[in-house]
Parts: sequence; structure tokens; C-alpha cells
Amino acid sequence: MSIETLTEPSPAPPAPARPTPVPIRPRAVRREDVAIVVASAGSALALTWLLYERLAPLSGGIGFVIMWFALFIVTYWVVIRDIEGRFIATDKTIALSIGCVAVGLMIPLVLIIGYVIVKGIKYLNWAFFTQTQAAVGPDSPASEGGAAHAIVGTLEQVGLAMLVSVPLGIGCAVYMNEVGGRMVRPVRLFVDAMSGVPSIVAGLFIFTVWILGLGQGFSGFAAALALTILMLPTITRTSEEVLRLVPDGLREASLAVGATQWRTTWNVVLPTARSGLVTAVILGVARAIGETAPLIMTAFGAQLMNVNPFAGAQSSLPLFVYGAYVLNTTSEVARAWTGALVLMLIVLLLFLIARAVGRGGWGTGGGQR
Amino acid sequence: MDATVQEQDPGTPVPEPRPIALNPTRSDRVYRGTALGAGLLTLVILFLIGFFLFLKAWPAFHQMGFAFFTTFEWPATFSSTSRFGIGALLYWTVVIATTALIFAVPVAIATALFLTEYAPLAVRGPLTSLIDLLAAVPSLIYGLWGFFFLQPRMIGLSSWLSRHLSFIPIFKVTTPVFKSSAFIAATVVALMVVPICTSVMREVFSQAPPSEKEGALALGATRWGMIRAVVLPFGVGGIIGGSMLGLGRALGETIAIAIIISPIFGISPHILQSGANSIAAHIALRFGEATGLSLSALMAAGLALFLFTLLVNTLASIIVSRSRSGKGVEI
Repeated sequence: MSIETLTEPSPAPPAPARPTPVPIRPRAVRREDVAIVVASAGSALALTWLLYERLAPLSGGIGFVIMWFALFIVTYWVVIRDIEGRFIATDKTIALSIGCVAVGLMIPLVLIIGYVIVKGIKYLNWAFFTQTQAAVGPDSPASEGGAAHAIVGTLEQVGLAMLVSVPLGIGCAVYMNEVGGRMVRPVRLFVDAMSGVPSIVAGLFIFTVWILGLGQGFSGFAAALALTILMLPTITRTSEEVLRLVPDGLREASLAVGATQWRTTWNVVLPTARSGLVTAVILGVARAIGETAPLIMTAFGAQLMNVNPFAGAQSSLPLFVYGAYVLNTTSEVARAWTGALVLMLIVLLLFLIARAVGRGGWGTGGGQR
Repeated sequence: MDATVQEQDPGTPVPEPRPIALNPTRSDRVYRGTALGAGLLTLVILFLIGFFLFLKAWPAFHQMGFAFFTTFEWPATFSSTSRFGIGALLYWTVVIATTALIFAVPVAIATALFLTEYAPLAVRGPLTSLIDLLAAVPSLIYGLWGFFFLQPRMIGLSSWLSRHLSFIPIFKVTTPVFKSSAFIAATVVALMVVPICTSVMREVFSQAPPSEKEGALALGATRWGMIRAVVLPFGVGGIIGGSMLGLGRALGETIAIAIIISPIFGISPHILQSGANSIAAHIALRFGEATGLSLSALMAAGLALFLFTLLVNTLASIIVSRSRSGKGVEI
């Protein structure tokens, strides 16, 4: 049915045919939309320049960008209001600012990664992965020596912490979401409370119990215990959120065909939530791997290789970086940046592996709509 | 349908419903017991943390009493007559965390909304990954980056704010040194907190009921109208919970703050000028030289921080547990 049939019949002479209305596509980006955005940005830039550089003169890129953004949003709102009215202007302006903020959040990420790479790449050589600080004196250039001892320490400490915290964390989440009982509310409350335990407090706790109380020395295992305390609530919370997203229909179907609760959890609920659980473990490891403060009082740090995590002070990448930063000589700061780059590369690598494993399914941004 | 309804003879009594007893198999009993054990372990750990820290902190509390929380000093060497306390530390910890949240929460809400409501489907996955990556960057690297990269670039903004907005007390400065300030530390902490807040909020926003969202749109709401009417009310628990979780993280943040600030033991509202402190950073900076009473005093500071974050997170947990969960979602 065309639009003409709905219009009332007009007397002769016949009116010129009305143009067929173009359907409105709410998400379509028209050319004038882009033009308005660009023009608003341009005029806001000019105004910012005037205000910031002329009337209130001072340098500083960050303040300039913030002011430009604020003026840009206001200009855009005023322009759209003049064209389409207040109601649509608010909607469009909020959509634009939300998009800008979300995409703008990537700027610090790029800056951080880029800066660490630029600073760290210079002395990143094979020796960094194979040598320790054994032969390094205070005047040695940054190209000498490496962080093999620290890398081994980090892998051992985080690995041990994962061995303990992943089964415990997922077990705790399963208890809260699948088993249930009187203790669910207190346990959930305490897991939330535990997620706020500062890393330094976890370090102090292991220091008092393991090192002062039980008389053990500094060791990689003590560090792993401290990291466990930090990873446990992260893994538990995220796993529980993910398990909560598994539809009840699946559980009921499994129970209805005669599976036990254990089988339902193991064969239906956990596989359904697999990718989300992987995310939970990544978040836990990510929280733990770069922790420095609790390691100062548990692993203590060392300049030499110590492969045994159960005896003797051990280094780790964060401790290596922090120690080098504190010494504050040119070559040590350069070492700190190289260590930071390696730490970040490990984090990136873990991240890519986890993403590849956990692709799709419930509980990730990738699979869930 | 009438044919299926059986006419009940009024004379015959309705049969008693069959009692349903849950009789778990042995494997289920083991499973339930193990899971309960894993759940209770968190309680045990938390209790032990509090207990042992209190044990070690007792000498310090014994010497200072309640004045430990109101004293603004921390001597270099400790004796049985020295006075020490965490008054200033507590103040600066709260100032940095609050400032960080003021920056982080609006950004987190916007990002979570963008991910759930605005972004094209092709963008959502990669952007979520990148934000998770932001959470994965170690706090040590944030600290170094903040100190070497961000700080020189923030000084211009700090001095601009102090020059033109000094009538607001927090933007006033008494000594025009802008390095190592609470403002710069809070900016870095905000960056670290945003991904945590965002991930909680995103999870909650994405569970907003589609039928209600579509209903709002069908009634003629704009997208923002729909978000205000459906997504935000639905996600209030997530917003508060995510913010509180971020607050907990910000309060306990150690190494980034320790790198950026220069420690002071007085309090002032001037966040732009050099000098700040935090309990966690203080413990990290002073741990190496601590023995005996000074170690006990650090333990006491740690215990105070522990109880403070415990309180914040418990409150957050109570608020979030009242919000709706996705349990009722049917497939």
C-alpha cells in the first residue's frame, strides 16, 4: 500500500505526487550526522584554544583534551537541539559521549603498552632470559645480566597459587550456586569481604603466620600462599557470576533424566560455563601476577637463581622491577623497564591463550548477547 | 480444554501429596561436603587474618590505645614513649580512593552501557577483551607509567586548576609543587579501578530483561529513555556493587601509590600539591626497616586497613545481594 492511497482524495487539478517518504533507520549514520560531529569538534577545538591558550594561558595536553571534549559535547547538543529538538538532542549527545568515553578508555591502554615497549625494548636481549644478576655490579651497564631468576620465581609462585586457588575458588562458587544451604549467605558475604582484602594485608598475614609464627624463612611458597589469598575471591566471585548465568532449564533437564547433582554440576553446569570460568581464572591470575607488595614480605627477593620455591628467598618479576626502580640509577631503571616489558608480555601471552581457550559460550562478552 | 478437567466427586477425599524426601547418593554427599568445605574456608581465612594481625598488633594498640587512630605522627625510630598513629594515613587513603572513584565510576558506567547497549556487535567482543586487558596490567606498571609518563603531563593540568579554580579549597595550593600529589596518584588508581567496575556493571546491564527494553522502545522511548527507564534501574545493584568493589581495590592499592606519592604525615584538603600518603603504601615503604614495636605498629595499621576494607565490602555485598539476579532467566 503506498502512501497516496491514504491521503484524502483531492479535487482536480491533481496535486503533484508527494515524494515517497524515506524510511527512518535509527542506527544509520547519515552524511549530515558526520558533518555535525566534525563541525562541532572543530568549533570546540577553536573555542578551547581561545580559552585555554589565550584567556587562561598554560600548557598541558591533558587539560586541553578534557576541555575540548567538554566543549565538543556541549556544542554538539546545542546544534542537534536547533535541528531536531531537545528530546532527540539529549539522546544523541548521550550516545556520542558514551561512545567517546568508552573508546577513549583505550587511549591510556595504548599509552601504557606503548610506553613500556618503547622504554623496555632497548635492553631486551636473549641474556635477559638466561642470565641472573649474579655477575652484575653497581656500575654494570643495563645490557649486562638478566632476570632468569625472577621469571622462574614468578612462574613457580603463580603456578603454585593457581594449583591451590582454582579448585578452591570454583568449589566455593559451586557451593554457593549449585549446592546451596544455610551457609550460602554468610559465605557470599565473606567472599565479597575477602575480595577487598588489600594485597599488602595478605602479605602481612602470611608473614605473621608462616614466617614469624611457624619460623619458616622467606620462600616462594610463602609468596604463593599470599597470592592464593588474593586470587581466591576473584576466582570465586567471577565463577559464581558465571554459574548464575547458566539457565535453570539446563539443570532441571539434567536432573529430570536422572543425573545426580554431582553429575549435573560436572557434566552440564561447568561445561556450559567453561569460557566464563576461564575468564574467572584469568582475572585471578592477572590480579596475582603483577602483585609486588605481598612479595616484599614473603618471597623477599634475591639476585641469584633459586629454583626451589620451598626454601630460601626467591625473586619474581615484580620484585625485580621494583627493586631496580628503588635503586634509581640509570642502568637499574633501564633494567626495571625491561623487566616491566617482560612482565607485560607474559600477561599479554596469558591473555591471548585464555581468550583462545575460552572462545564462545555463556559468560563472555564474545558469546553472550 | 473442558474435557481434560475431571469432575471431582465431592464425597471422595483428596489424596495426601506424596512426601518428597531428598536422599542424596554417596557421591552427592561427598560433593556437597567438599563444596561446603571450600565455601567455609573463606570464613576461616578471614578469621585467621584478623586474629593473627590483632595478635601481632596488640603491643602497638596497648601503647597508644584509641589515640592510634587520631595521632598524626610516625617516628623514624620507635621507643616505649614514642607516639604514633594512622590519622593522616587514614585521611589520605580515603581522599585518594574517593578522588579515584569520582573519576572512575562515570567512565565505568559509560563504558558498560556502551558495551551492552550502543556498540555494534562486531565491536563488543574486542573492546571487552581490551578492557579486561586494562585490568590485567600489573599495578607496578601503572605505578611506573604514572611516575615517569603521566606525572610530567599532569603538572600542567594541576597548575592550571590551581590557578583558575583556587577559590575551591581542594584546588588551592599552599606550596606550588605539583609532583607526587594525591591527584596524580588518584588518576592512576582510577585507571586501575575502571575495568573492575566496568566488568561488574557490564555483567549486570547485560542481564536487563529484553522484553522490558523492547517494551520501552516500542512505546516510543529513545535509546537513552529506554536505558534510563529499564537498564539503569535494573542495574543499580551492579553500579553500587561495582563502585564498592572498585573502592575496596582503591583503598588497598599499594605499590602504584608508593611509587607516585611523597609521604607526609599532616592532612590538608589540597590534593593538587605534593605530598600524600596511604596506609598500604606506608606499610610497603616502612616494612624493610621495621622490627619489634615498629613492626607491631605496621601490623596495627594493616589491621585497621583490613577492617576498613572489610566494612566497605560487606556493605557493598549487602546492597548487591538485594538487586535482581539472572537466576530467573528462562531459555
